[in-house]
Amino acid sequence: MAGMELLSDQGFRMDGRKPNELRRIRFKKGVFRQADGSAYLEQGNTKVLAAVYGPHEIRGSRGKALHDKLLINCQYSMATFSTQDRKRRPRGDRKAQEMTSHLKQTFDAVVLTELYPKVQLDIFVEVLQSDGGNYCASVNAATLALMDAGIPMKDYVIACSGSHMRDTPIVDMNHLEESSGGAEVIMAILPRCDQIVFLEMNSRLHEDHLSGVMDHVMVGCKDIFNILNQQVQDELCQKTELDKIVTTG
Amino acid sequence: MLTNKVFIKKTKMGGVMKIVREHYLRDDINCGSQACTHNCDSDGKEPLEEIPISDSKLVMKPHYLVPDTNVVLHQIDILEDPSIKNVIILQIVLDEIRHRSAPIYKRVKDILASSHKHFYTYCNEFNMHTYAERQPGESANDRNDRAIRKAVAWYADHLKDTEIEVVLITNDAGNRKQSVLDGLKAYTIHEYVRSLSNMSLIDRLANPLNQMNQDNNGKVLFAEHLGLAEIQKGIRAGRFLQGTLLISRENYLEAFVSVKDQEKMIFVQGLQNLNRAVNDDNVALEMLPDSEWSCPSSMVLAEDEGKDEEDEENRALNETVVDNKVPKELRQPTARIVGIIKRNWRQYCGILQPSIIKERTRHLFIPAEKRIPKIRIETRQAQTLASKRIIVAIDSWPRNSRYPLGHFVRCLGEIGDKDTENEVLLLEHDVPHQNFSEAVLSFLPKMPWTITEDDVKRRRDLRHLDICSVDPPGCTDIDDALHCRELDNGNYEVGVHIADVSHFIRPGNALDQEAANRGTTVYLTDKRIDMVPDLLSSNLCSLRSKVYRFAFSVLWEITPTADIVKTDFTKSIIDSKASLTYAEAQLKIDDPNAHDNLTKSLRGLNKLAKILKKKRLDNGALSLASTEVRFYVDSETNDPIDVKTKELMDTNSMVEEFMLLANISVAEKILYEFPDNALLRRHPAPPPSNFDPLIKAAQSKGFTIDVSSGKALADSLDQAVVPENPYFNTMLRIMTTRCMMQAVYFSSGMLQPQDYLHYGLATPIYTHFTSPIRRYSDIIAHRLLAVCIGADASYPELLDKSKIQSLCNNLNFRHKMAQYAGRASVNLHTHLFFKKRIQDEEGHVLFVRKNALQVLIPKYGLEGTVFLNDDGQKSSSIFVYDEENNTQTAGDVTIHVFDPLIVQLSIDRSNVQHMKLSLKLVKPMIPGFSVQSVREVQANATGSQSKTSTTDLPISGKPPQKKKKRTH
Repeated sequence: MAGMELLSDQGFRMDGRKPNELRRIRFKKGVFRQADGSAYLEQGNTKVLAAVYGPHEIRGSRGKALHDKLLINCQYSMATFSTQDRKRRPRGDRKAQEMTSHLKQTFDAVVLTELYPKVQLDIFVEVLQSDGGNYCASVNAATLALMDAGIPMKDYVIACSGSHMRDTPIVDMNHLEESSGGAEVIMAILPRCDQIVFLEMNSRLHEDHLSGVMDHVMVGCKDIFNILNQQVQDELCQKTELDKIVTTG
Repeated sequence: MLTNKVFIKKTKMGGVMKIVREHYLRDDINCGSQACTHNCDSDGKEPLEEIPISDSKLVMKPHYLVPDTNVVLHQIDILEDPSIKNVIILQIVLDEIRHRSAPIYKRVKDILASSHKHFYTYCNEFNMHTYAERQPGESANDRNDRAIRKAVAWYADHLKDTEIEVVLITNDAGNRKQSVLDGLKAYTIHEYVRSLSNMSLIDRLANPLNQMNQDNNGKVLFAEHLGLAEIQKGIRAGRFLQGTLLISRENYLEAFVSVKDQEKMIFVQGLQNLNRAVNDDNVALEMLPDSEWSCPSSMVLAEDEGKDEEDEENRALNETVVDNKVPKELRQPTARIVGIIKRNWRQYCGILQPSIIKERTRHLFIPAEKRIPKIRIETRQAQTLASKRIIVAIDSWPRNSRYPLGHFVRCLGEIGDKDTENEVLLLEHDVPHQNFSEAVLSFLPKMPWTITEDDVKRRRDLRHLDICSVDPPGCTDIDDALHCRELDNGNYEVGVHIADVSHFIRPGNALDQEAANRGTTVYLTDKRIDMVPDLLSSNLCSLRSKVYRFAFSVLWEITPTADIVKTDFTKSIIDSKASLTYAEAQLKIDDPNAHDNLTKSLRGLNKLAKILKKKRLDNGALSLASTEVRFYVDSETNDPIDVKTKELMDTNSMVEEFMLLANISVAEKILYEFPDNALLRRHPAPPPSNFDPLIKAAQSKGFTIDVSSGKALADSLDQAVVPENPYFNTMLRIMTTRCMMQAVYFSSGMLQPQDYLHYGLATPIYTHFTSPIRRYSDIIAHRLLAVCIGADASYPELLDKSKIQSLCNNLNFRHKMAQYAGRASVNLHTHLFFKKRIQDEEGHVLFVRKNALQVLIPKYGLEGTVFLNDDGQKSSSIFVYDEENNTQTAGDVTIHVFDPLIVQLSIDRSNVQHMKLSLKLVKPMIPGFSVQSVREVQANATGSQSKTSTTDLPISGKPPQKKKKRTH
């Protein structure tokens, strides 16, 4: 990919965004009836479906059950048509397994697991179209699905990625930027508690730049949070309005 | 603020792939004009003037220009002219230039960065008003043209409340027509430039392709080039080969192509087969059938200077006839060129060929480089340019033209003038020597520069140490300083402190790119071409005394027997107590009354250096004489001072020893941390056959040279001394130098560890660390080392071994060229020096060739050739060459290697572009060959002028600028 200018002299990225700008975010909660909670989320061209089942009794071997808290079972998969080349295996490869365990860690930290001992919660995430930031979109979609299912959580978990290019931190990388070989910092935070629940970095980034990138990613996460929260609250208000009309006749 | 548009792209990468990328369109993109009446959010960047002054008769109103891609690509010389201002470069144009030509892209970027040019980049692709989606059936080019028109229309609308017009400059007729239909102003660059009052610009216009058609009656001289797609298909199928064309220096109709992955070069012969390829082009070849294979003719063929053009055009057809009577065993794989993959044209210097018809505007240009064909240009200033060196660029080479078409770029100055000739030699050796552009200068630290708290925190404070620098007199770019102190345990702490250039030059910015491209500072006899701007090289980085400077320090703990106990690397702040010259340092060491810390430190260093040197030589390091000529000219009398062997003081080798040690220590460290991408320097052991001439020559004096190892070679060289001929040993060492291979930079991941060897220094690993002010390789070594010790960040390019290797390739090229340029500069001065004098000098035969003697003249430290034959003849009529004993015999005189001679020096001026120093034999006397000595001639001419008649010498009185370079 020689000859690509990821950040132009005029300060624009390849797709016309400025360094601190996010991609367009659209989502819809409650897309499935079967699941207890579900959400569909687009971050640019990355499109993700999340479904939550439970809490319900442990399925499969009973031995897995935890006596003091909820067992979170995650499954991350990518549709065979989600990438440029058709994928052979939608799930179970190394990357997907890694992603699954990352998701599990993330939600273990944020769901109030101690309220549901000895039962299980399933989170299924399916990437329909992949254009960078799969983990971030998955986390954000799963958060919405958990909310839709009414699972108690400490806060939203919001994830966002970022990097450092030409001495400028950039946020919310797309596939082109991810594959350019630079470092990538991925963070999931609790936006209202200012806590980091997940932090991952690929490739090398100098420690001097790390805090700068992290600050920007943090801001990116909060921007995402504001977008999500705004719409969630609007929908909630509309629903209460409707409920009022129903109850008052 | 954001609107979203997804566009679909298909590319071919083996197969067809569908690529979907987001493309955000915005409404907040600034128009860049100070005249703007809308609220463009500008963040202070408004380079376009409020009232641009119109100089054009075509567009009387103030206006901005919008050139299309082809105009920028081909007419960059026009755009660079200071009189062209207020130009909008569209993003789409800039992107396309980036893809098509890196050098032009760089030039455009330089213009954009300069504030007085008032150029502005408008991001039309990201603006929702000017984005043009490709329509079904529309070609990419058509879409780009439409996008450009849309942007022009937007500007016209945007600025309609002002006086300013927006003019599209395009040479594409279709595009122009469409613009007129859209109600836009559009002209060709030719129309526009002709309407300007500055007439000299017209000469600098690149010729449009169709200009030659009327002239040659459409006679087609060359076969058509194949298209790129077809070439690629052919290469994949194995029908074609791809390689870089290298025209022979002797014969411009013959060339070799170095094909990738193939050892042997492929031969191309004849104008037709060369098919308009110019030296250095990347070409596609088709092999000829075996029966048509040929071999280089031994003829020396240069394009004639005097012939009139018509003759030449006719001759063109005849030249191609190659008699194919080459014996089978001599035949080499021969091919013809079917297409050009990438042109590698640059600008060429040379002179105009004198034309018979004075008023003519079409002229032929003769490049100084013999491997470049003559170029046809159009100029109205032929008369004034006749005696000048000029620069010309090639535009195209149509099928019906014998010569490529080009345009005049600029005039360098009078032929023979020193500045002009300096410029020519810089250009011919491809040494980038323009002033640093504003873009580059913008990355310099702001003055006054101070050391901040933060800096102090990150660096080790070594200001209390007694550090000093030792350099040649007059040195302004001091990149190294030293100290030494005794530790309590009896060991010594020795520090080498190197200017911390990488602190000021950050990776990837314009300053860094410029330095990487220049690669090295070039030292000419009377001039220095800096690699980094003066502010850094002579001030902020230079480790001058009595000021605080940043350094990168290597600190060793060394035992009194010079064994290294501990090595430490750190970024530091130092305060050099004194900038000494070698002589001053030597005086301090020798002065028995001096007992200050500085002197103690120097003595310690000197003591350790001697031990280190001994160890190194015992290891088999070579000390070789070089013929690098330095023109030491007395400032008063303009006479060259004796230069044969500069007396080397202990302090010279003291500094050198510690620099070597630092380089080796750093090399070990960075290789350990970065086994794949360390930038190292290697010096391959020469193949034994290289030494044959040396062994032979030494044998003639009864010495045996053992070349089995570096150590053996060094020892046998030491023993080969003839008391009556003090130059004998020096000459042997010069010869040994000639047997050596070039030392080169490389990336460690590209070679096996056993190939890392530095033969000359007899060390298994080496790098350059100690001169970052004048060498880019050292900057990379600094960066790698800084990453090793956690002092600085790495970046992707630094960790990529192939990127490092391609950087090394450039550095190797630049170093070679800098060396050549340095030598050429010495030659130039020699020529100027002997321009008005003829002189007899004593010399020694260095080599005996078939038709010549190579003679070393110790007084001037230069080397010249005495040709024994007349021009054109293969061997001499008088002399008989004995290949076995390596002698030339004429009558009863036999000339051996190392024999002393007296030769007469003068300048051969038969070729205006290439003056040569010519040597004629005076003694021994050989009737019919040698010439009379100057003294005899003068004695014969009665009443001759005094001998010191050569008063006005063209050489400037300044001694060369800088140090003897350590060139390991």
